[in-house]
Amino acid sequence: MNVEFLFFLETVLNGLMAGVMYALVALGFALIFKASGIFNFAQGVMALFAALTLVGLQTGQVPFAHLINAIFGTEVHHFGWELPAIVAIAGTLVVMVAFAYLFEGLVLKHLVNQEPIILFMATIGLAYFLEGFGDLMWGADIKRLDVGIPSGGSFWWEDVTREWAPEGSDYFGMYVDKLDVVAAIVAVVLVSALVAFSQYTKFGRALRAVADDHQAALSVGISLRTIWVVVWSIAGFVALVAGIMWGAKSGVQFSLSLIALKALPVLILGGFTSIPGAIVGGLIIGVGEKLAELYIGPLVGGAIENWFAYVVALVFLLFRPQGLFGERIIERI
Amino acid sequence: MLYREAGDFKTSYAADLQTFPIKSERILFWSFTAVAFLVVPFFINDYWEKSILVPFLVWSMVALGLNILTGYCGQVSLGTGGFMAVGAFACYKFMTAFPDLNIMICILLSGLVTAGVGVLFGLPSLRIKGFYLAVATLAAQFFLVWMFNKFAWFYNYSASGQISAPERTIFGIAVTGPNSAPWATYLTCLTIVFVFAWVARNLTRGRVGRSWMAMRDMDIAAEIMGVSPFSAKLSAFAVSSFYIGIAGALFFSVYLGAAEVTEAFGIDKSFTALFMVIIGGLGSILGSFLGAAFIILFPVLLKNLMVGYLGWPTDLAAHFQIMIVGGLIIFFLIVEPHGLAQLWRLAKEKLRLWPFPY
Repeated sequence: MNVEFLFFLETVLNGLMAGVMYALVALGFALIFKASGIFNFAQGVMALFAALTLVGLQTGQVPFAHLINAIFGTEVHHFGWELPAIVAIAGTLVVMVAFAYLFEGLVLKHLVNQEPIILFMATIGLAYFLEGFGDLMWGADIKRLDVGIPSGGSFWWEDVTREWAPEGSDYFGMYVDKLDVVAAIVAVVLVSALVAFSQYTKFGRALRAVADDHQAALSVGISLRTIWVVVWSIAGFVALVAGIMWGAKSGVQFSLSLIALKALPVLILGGFTSIPGAIVGGLIIGVGEKLAELYIGPLVGGAIENWFAYVVALVFLLFRPQGLFGERIIERI
Repeated sequence: MLYREAGDFKTSYAADLQTFPIKSERILFWSFTAVAFLVVPFFINDYWEKSILVPFLVWSMVALGLNILTGYCGQVSLGTGGFMAVGAFACYKFMTAFPDLNIMICILLSGLVTAGVGVLFGLPSLRIKGFYLAVATLAAQFFLVWMFNKFAWFYNYSASGQISAPERTIFGIAVTGPNSAPWATYLTCLTIVFVFAWVARNLTRGRVGRSWMAMRDMDIAAEIMGVSPFSAKLSAFAVSSFYIGIAGALFFSVYLGAAEVTEAFGIDKSFTALFMVIIGGLGSILGSFLGAAFIILFPVLLKNLMVGYLGWPTDLAAHFQIMIVGGLIIFFLIVEPHGLAQLWRLAKEKLRLWPFPY
């Protein structure tokens, strides 16, 4: 194989990995949209909040330390213990479920039957709230998240791919981050689990019924509110996974919440209602973005990855207005 | 007593259709306008101009524009910040390329440029609907900001990538640049906003406005009735972008004076505008003003309370502020999803009947 092609291959591979990371966030969006028709803008901030909580629990930070110090003039910051990663993850999960429960009880319950845009705005409100709340609770400094996931380039893969290049060329092998590989495996497991859950369990059936028709589901005795709590809990769990992956990659900080903006084109490309769509959309966007940065970027001065994904999604939408895997939109008068 | 239609007889169709059908309402409106135009300029100082009144007016203009698109025509847009950037950069290019051109003309022209860009990015709306469109408008936001950042021609090859407004005058009085007096900038913004709010009110209750509302309520039904989606949607995009472009021009030239595109016209601006429209009331001119007032004034109030009164550190106050704003938005949506304008309508209804319950 010649070097040109190997570069191309490396770009595609890294694009696929990046796409999986986007898909992890898009998955949370799709879950909630499917079950309740809510376009949950707060998914990114939920990932941030989950990651913040995880780090906070793990390192034993005192919640609201900053606030307590400002009011009482004390100097508290850490409890002085360190929790093992698995305990901290479980703790964070509890927090996310509690959050789902509270959000359903305090907000969603009152917004039943409102127009989609009102619900959308409520989730933007939630995004603001959580952002402020997370910072207030755990502090706004950049934190390191370490739950024992391997990271850094894989030397083994570099050695393998170096063999592929022709003799005498100065090719040093492909760079693939181990973290990305882990993320890809986790994403595959997550999606399979979610699909299995929604296809083969009683609860999953109820979930699909609600997604299909709220009123019909209610009439056969499915509790809408329980379903919502469960769906938001699952979305919280997906947010936690995304938060761990992204947090381990680039540190836990405010910009983590902006991955939501990366996930949106993935979402419209795959279709709001489709879980496999989120994955395929993520892969297309990831690869497209990396290839565009490599081949189109230099022509127009670079840094196009901010908007390129949106343009790709837009082009797809012009041909399929409901996204690649979205349910066909049928309109009646 | 305060608010009665008793004795207020309508003798013509036009009188029946006027915006303020009740006399006390007209008195209230005109006295309010008179105070804004004739009294406030004499008392305005730098603080009130820079942190309250001018941002309020500029944001009202943005909210008006977005309300036309989202509230009246039902097309959710998240590209407001990008369109504001178009207005600002067009204004800057006009101001620097034609130094003799009156600033008013520059601002109006930049509105026209933005309208053109708006129509271009509105084209997908003919095919894509709902949240798919909302996300698609994000493409406009990111693409425009990137473009103004990347191509140095837009900021006249300045080293910092910033644009700064040169001094321009109206009737010999500086309204842009560092030497402009608070009352001059205030009156400029007020005049523009007043005129265009009046235009918007009359547009939305005319034929064009009705075609927008038909599109919003049910586009297929409207199309069958003979409202062309092409002209209705694109005209909404054009008018809305025109307003937002003018607001962007004012935002940059009169209010900020100097701007850097990613900072001044980022995506948070798009959300702020959407908040204003929703909190104020979708499909209401008054709502645009109320929403802008709320979103602009509330953080100022909170900050004064927490930093000035309680003496908390500013970063803590900032976190609290963003949290409270988010919480309040949710609260408002639960209590009154139709916004502050609906509260005002209800209050008027109660006042008419007072002291009787019904």
